[in-house]
Amino acid sequence: MIISRPKPFEEILEMLEGQDKVFLVGCSDCATVCQVGGEEQLTEMAGKLSEQGKTVTGSVVAEPGCHLLQLKRQLREHKGEVEAAEALLVMSCGNGAQTAADATDKPVHVANDTLFIGRVERFGQFREMCSACAECILELTGYICPVTRCAKGLLNGPCGGTTAEGKCEVNPETDCAWLLIYERLKGQGKLEGLKQYRPPKENHPHPEERVLSKEGEKE
Amino acid sequence: MSLRPALASDTFVVTAEVGPPKGTDLQHVLEEAKLLAPLVQGINVTDIQAAAMRLGSLATCHLIKDVGAEPVLQMVCRDRNRLALQSDLLSAWVLGVENVLCLTGDHPKLGDHVGAKPVYDLDSVQLLSVAKGLNEGHDLMGSELEGKPDLCLGAVVTPGANPVEMQVMKTEKKVAAGAEFLQTQAVYDVGQFAEFTSQIGHLKVPVLAGIVLLKSAGMARYMNANVAGVTVPDDLIAEMAEAGEKDKAAKAEGKKADFKVKTSVEIAGRLIRDLKSLCRGVHIMPLGWGHHVPAVLKAAGL
Repeated sequence: MIISRPKPFEEILEMLEGQDKVFLVGCSDCATVCQVGGEEQLTEMAGKLSEQGKTVTGSVVAEPGCHLLQLKRQLREHKGEVEAAEALLVMSCGNGAQTAADATDKPVHVANDTLFIGRVERFGQFREMCSACAECILELTGYICPVTRCAKGLLNGPCGGTTAEGKCEVNPETDCAWLLIYERLKGQGKLEGLKQYRPPKENHPHPEERVLSKEGEKE
Repeated sequence: MSLRPALASDTFVVTAEVGPPKGTDLQHVLEEAKLLAPLVQGINVTDIQAAAMRLGSLATCHLIKDVGAEPVLQMVCRDRNRLALQSDLLSAWVLGVENVLCLTGDHPKLGDHVGAKPVYDLDSVQLLSVAKGLNEGHDLMGSELEGKPDLCLGAVVTPGANPVEMQVMKTEKKVAAGAEFLQTQAVYDVGQFAEFTSQIGHLKVPVLAGIVLLKSAGMARYMNANVAGVTVPDDLIAEMAEAGEKDKAAKAEGKKADFKVKTSVEIAGRLIRDLKSLCRGVHIMPLGWGHHVPAVLKAAGL
């Protein structure tokens, strides 16, 4: 799941300056679970924009916001409302916002900041779990990802910054990922695997664009 | 004598440390290096320590050679990717810097540019491995070098880390990757240090015990609260606190207030004496008190 949080409303108003007619786009998946782009939040946003003198011409919850063809189809179903708008306000992640920008000729603005790929721990609480690094090593690390959950993404064990309480010195609220890995593997009698040298990973840095098609990955 | 032959000799090795300034005024660093050079076998130059932006380690290493120092380049993985790290290792060698201490590096979030992008393209074990490869004449991709360095590579370990088993495992990896010597995080607990060295004894690698000069009881408490893997025992804190009280009283009477310095020097000297049979040498981190290092060595009987 892609975790997002809303931008400050003032920032959204700044983006919409001079554009008084707005069409809202939400997302049925991640943004709905994160409560930043579901039906409820769209209704709430419409209310707040109206208070500021804006006209909301209509809205749609994309199913989901990152499905280009599906979003195009849904926008066609709301053609009149979209045509009447001067801009689209997209209440999803950055992926959804870019998809919307490609699905319409209208100016697009994004209402959320995208944070990470995470899991739902409990209602409204999320934890980052995966960096989509394209070279998964979870099999070796007890299914705790050091690339993501170690502040330094270290592959060969902890730095010197594990506190006496077993936390990360970068963030005392966060468990040291390497301590978690060590404890899990020790419990499973698999510590030997940690002694192996892990060579540097192949990186896939921005702005390299990656595309996956049925024929395979193209980079 | 260069550091490598010193480590191989019978001499009890002493290294010290200077921190480049935040700016271009090198006067203080050069004076400190000049004072320390005849007393020690190596002077580490920290690499943007504590992630607070400052003058570079490599330039400073090169310049302290002119005052007779044997520099140890500290190199962290925080700020450079694998291209820059390898290039800087080669640069160090051609500038006459023969020793490199490979570290992970404090996270930018703990420094003075908290929004800086943390690189960590390599970790400290991988950096050692890559540096060893350069010594062997090839880069990380296996391409042959035209002229190769012969860097003496060091690594850092934390004897007070918990669980110690995980620290031992990482130490084994560092030595296997290419570390010729180990320098430890600050040691105040000799028993704990002895326990740790016994666990890495099979590695047959010289260990330099880390000595951080205590400047005050407050500094000791701060380290206990904020520096992972370092514990200053209560009796040492009490000694420094008492010295602090004496300084206050002396100041009030208009007398010389040097009890804290004397106590700090005495504690460091005592630690070194107690550690001497357990390690190949010590690495003194004076944190700006470089001018007190001669007194520490005297107190240690060196």
